[in-house]
Amino acid sequence: MSHSMLGVSLAPPRWVRLLGWFALLFLAASQVTGFMISAPDRDMGNLQKIMYVHVPAAWTAFLAFTYVFGTSVAYLWKRDLKYDMLAAAAAETGVVLTGLTLALGSIWGRPTWGVWWTWDPRLTTTAILFMIFAGYLALRSFVEDDEQRARWSAAVGILGFINVPIVYFSVQWWRTIHQVQSTPATVDPLYKLGLRLNAFAFLFLMIFFIALRYHAARLERAAEARREEDALMEGAIHV
Amino acid sequence: MASELIRIRAMVWKDLTAERRTKANFNAVAFLAGAILLLFGFALGPDVEALHAAAGGMIWLTVLFSGVLSFNRSYEKELEGGALEALLLYPGDRRSIYLGKLIANFAFVLLVEAILLPAAAVLYDLPLHTVVLPLAGVLLLGTFGFVTLGTFYAAMASRLRAREVLLPLLLFPMLIPLLVACVEATQAILDGNAMGFAGSWMKLLVVFDVVFFVAAYFAFDYVIEA
Repeated sequence: MSHSMLGVSLAPPRWVRLLGWFALLFLAASQVTGFMISAPDRDMGNLQKIMYVHVPAAWTAFLAFTYVFGTSVAYLWKRDLKYDMLAAAAAETGVVLTGLTLALGSIWGRPTWGVWWTWDPRLTTTAILFMIFAGYLALRSFVEDDEQRARWSAAVGILGFINVPIVYFSVQWWRTIHQVQSTPATVDPLYKLGLRLNAFAFLFLMIFFIALRYHAARLERAAEARREEDALMEGAIHV
Repeated sequence: MASELIRIRAMVWKDLTAERRTKANFNAVAFLAGAILLLFGFALGPDVEALHAAAGGMIWLTVLFSGVLSFNRSYEKELEGGALEALLLYPGDRRSIYLGKLIANFAFVLLVEAILLPAAAVLYDLPLHTVVLPLAGVLLLGTFGFVTLGTFYAAMASRLRAREVLLPLLLFPMLIPLLVACVEATQAILDGNAMGFAGSWMKLLVVFDVVFFVAAYFAFDYVIEA
């Protein structure tokens, strides 16, 4: 289908494509820096370098869900479907990033603590966020009407985000009572550099993913409108 | 304000009367609750020590698993007869539909608990009669939070094809803080509450209830719109 038929360019905007390449290169460069400049951890060796990607994945996931909250409120206020598409794009990105956080955390946790999973408040909160926003995406896939889907998912996104501090606090408290120690962190300045570089790499990636998904949602909507128009035209010809 | 109360009362009366006249749903849910209690007993028993240690968790999971079945039903009744559209056309605040259904569901789940708890006391050999008052406090607070979110999410899920799986998928992750607080408070009370933890967990329940009641109350308008 050509560009003009949909009224929306098939290829993502130029800045999105550029950002994608930039984010990919930045990510690669950050990994190289992480491996080259900082020495392997005294106790954990190179295993510790998972933290360079695990922690930024968690940060950006949280940022993505904050964005879902903001765009959901904006949708209910302005009733512009643009905000709904942005919220959906950010929720999808957030679910991927929380999934990545959990997977990386497990890979790190197994050799370090001897278990794939621990009931650490941050880890548990991440898992619950993952579930809440997986439910958000499942809900979206079952609603046919655009406006209804937008209103419902905005409500679910807002309530889900409000729950984050309550979940975190309750799990933390639950753990304290059940007497499990969490690991203290001593941080080397070079480690901080690797972490910061990766945090920016993930931030660029997150923006790229959201922009790309938003573009895809716009294309889907344009294609849908086009199909409806064609069906109407066909009906008119037959009459 | 007075007319709001009349509308809410009419909703509650309508839902509870419909339920009382058939009792089909209540009987099924109450029996399911009993069956779940038995299943937990088989999964963890017959060691009485193990049952005592897990009693709070078993009771609250039974409440959640059986109670969740009542929320979709409360809207399906309206949808079957095309009554929801009529309900939405009535003048006045639509939030009274939410409040009415919330109160009716609250009464429904409390009634199920009134059967479930004596059954748990017998099956798991729990001295529940000695802790009736503090336990009632946890039950009221926990059930209110559960029903607040259940009634809210069911307003969406009940109108979709995948309602049976979608409601628990949306609801249960949201209820995790509530579940933790209810289980811990109940367990503390059953163990004599020596450390006074029950009160602190109940405060968390109050926060949960207030936050989500306010959020659901204001968001309901957006959700119920056709």
